[in-house]
Amino acid sequence: MRHIISILLENESGALSRVAGLFSARGYNIESLSVAPTDDPTLARMTLVTHGTDEIIEQITKQLNKLIEVVKLIDLTEGAHIEREMMLIKVDAGARDTREEVKRLVDIFRGRVLDVSGKTYTIEITGSGQKLDAFIGVLNKKQIIEVVRSGVTGIARGEKALTI
Amino acid sequence: MVLTGAEILIQSLKKEGVEYLFGYPGGAVLHIYDCLDQQDDIRHILVRHEQGATHAADGYARATGKPGCVLVTSGPGATNAVTGIATAYMDSVPMVVITGQVPTPLIGNDAFQEVDSVGITRPCVKHNFLVKSVDELAGTIKRAFYLASSGRPGPVVIDIPKDVTAHKAEFKYPSKIDIRSYKPVTRGHPGQIKKAVKLLLSAERPMIYTGGGVIWSNAAKLLTELAGILGYPVTNTLMGLGGYPATDRQFVGMLGMHGTYEANMGMHQSDVLLAVGARFDDRVTGNIEKFCPDARIIHIDIDPSSISKNVKVDIPIVGSISDVLAEMIRVLKETKRKPKDAELKVWWQQIEEWRAMDCLKYDRETTQVIKPQYVVEELYNVTEGDAIITSDVGQHQMWAAQYYKFDRPYQWINSGGLGTMGFGMPAAMGAQFAYPQQTVACITGEGSIQMCIQELSTCLQYSLPLKIVSLNNGYLGMVRQWQEFFYQGRYAMSYMESLPDFVKLAESYGHIGMRIENKADVVPAMQEAMQQKDRLVFMDFMTDPEENVYPMIPAGGGQNEMILV
Ligand SMILES: Cc1ncc(C[n+]2csc(CCOP(=O)(O)OP(=O)(O)O)c2C)c(N)n1
Repeated sequence: MRHIISILLENESGALSRVAGLFSARGYNIESLSVAPTDDPTLARMTLVTHGTDEIIEQITKQLNKLIEVVKLIDLTEGAHIEREMMLIKVDAGARDTREEVKRLVDIFRGRVLDVSGKTYTIEITGSGQKLDAFIGVLNKKQIIEVVRSGVTGIARGEKALTI
Repeated sequence: MVLTGAEILIQSLKKEGVEYLFGYPGGAVLHIYDCLDQQDDIRHILVRHEQGATHAADGYARATGKPGCVLVTSGPGATNAVTGIATAYMDSVPMVVITGQVPTPLIGNDAFQEVDSVGITRPCVKHNFLVKSVDELAGTIKRAFYLASSGRPGPVVIDIPKDVTAHKAEFKYPSKIDIRSYKPVTRGHPGQIKKAVKLLLSAERPMIYTGGGVIWSNAAKLLTELAGILGYPVTNTLMGLGGYPATDRQFVGMLGMHGTYEANMGMHQSDVLLAVGARFDDRVTGNIEKFCPDARIIHIDIDPSSISKNVKVDIPIVGSISDVLAEMIRVLKETKRKPKDAELKVWWQQIEEWRAMDCLKYDRETTQVIKPQYVVEELYNVTEGDAIITSDVGQHQMWAAQYYKFDRPYQWINSGGLGTMGFGMPAAMGAQFAYPQQTVACITGEGSIQMCIQELSTCLQYSLPLKIVSLNNGYLGMVRQWQEFFYQGRYAMSYMESLPDFVKLAESYGHIGMRIENKADVVPAMQEAMQQKDRLVFMDFMTDPEENVYPMIPAGGGQNEMILV
């Protein structure tokens, strides 16, 4: 099963490599990882997407908790949550009909065209990972020049919060 | 008080009560050595190789329960220390290792003797630090000692750039410590403990299986008390030996790959298993699919990640072993229920039947060759079971574990998790420093001893009267045994050709060497060696070259699928 693990960790230089090292040393997979400081500059928030059986996920959370710099974590997928990822995508829009078509798709996906050149559109799309996959899916593969994804971030719904 | 980084380091180590610092100098740590030289409280022990320093500190820690302390230089000093750090990590040994580093402005420039020590050691430490400013130094040392010795213990590395040891700062050693992201649990969950006691009392074929956690948690007495109240059989892992007195009738020996028949059969047929400070290592469980098929399992451990890692358990209890055992004993004393005497009687009859198979028997009487088991048994007799025993890795390690009966914790020191050849002698040095009056013997093989042989020189410098018991079978015996069993006797590279003359070698290092070739000489030689109270004696026993360790559960086998003699 796919799990989104959200981690509060000390905002220190070694912390990220400890998490990454743990995953490679123990053979766990990382689908995506995003990390940035929070409103409290001593804390960073990391969102990690991984796959595994219940036993593996249990080990992953225990091993993460064992890292000294990990302050707290939750498995967002255990409850109602919101998942968002941002994608910047540059597509070939040289021909008039493709320009129209791409613009229409961007509207349908509630994206925005951020930059236009004679031959390209640079588009921003935000949503769940699935939605971004879907957008890539509807484009003609040859049209895609460059894809940049932020990795998933997430937050629990309602009053539940991951804070210290 | 304004001090240099080097002075702050020494003062902080004093505050932590460090008696011995095992180390080796080099460019990056020269300021520190200069300071060390100007004080008398901390004794620096000069080893001959940084691996020796880490094993010696490790041996000191395993003999005392206190963190061992190491100082090495940057680059090769740090990389040489890695094997010892990993060894300590695998066996949860508290240790603080200080590595020198190139000056901060040079970090990342491939400077002379620069290596990313924090990066290299990251996967084999409990935690590590790079100290970027002298202002952080004292606080970091405080944290390092706290982390190393609390919760599940482990090694902590502090990497200190050379300029940091020269810079000055106000020295104030923190008295308290609070790490918001690190709060090890101590007390076990009371509800879980009650449930566990209830399950324990319902057992008809119980087994108590304990590991190194009992020793690190100083819980050997409590374990003995608990087992006494219940009357249940107790087995120890390789790391747990000494956690329960081996001469007690309730002790059924070590379990696992080379465990006794009664311990492994008892595990296999148990209906309730109490696992204490043990981690269901693959050398213990054998084939996990066939492990304890009928048992409901209670597992007490300080490390939540040890629970349900290899084997799913029914009642997990996270907490310090000593706290949890004390609470269990309290609950047991309060409850009116008693263990099931009638069923236990039948269970003990069964265990005695297994025990009567005498799985550790060997040709003790009639043979003329020196059997390695015989040497260990006689070492036990000659030292009256009281010596601190360290071992290297191989067959001799298993014979030491099987035939020397350890009655107290901190008496048996070996590299169980990583299985590091070369560990035995430097570890014995550390133990001897901790207990100068005790007999400390290192049981080794002619292969292993050569991996840290240079430390014989350290032993001379500090007059360490170790007793080296070399079971010289002329083979990398454990490798040869596997080749005999599983590779049709093709002995690829397991023969130790061109062995040195260990007697002359010992003598050239200033010690006493003995070669023992006849069985009749074994005991007299040992007695003579023990009389040499202030000399290191290297006893090279020419043992049966093709003796094997029995019983043995072959890889993939269940606990009940032992190869017996
Ligand atoms: C550093 C290291 N290298 C290799 C091994 C693999 N190994 C395990 S036991 C063994 C043989 C040990 O031989 P010896 O010390 O003579 O002991 P014996 O088994 O003969 O008692 C070897 C090579 C190891 N455990 N450690």
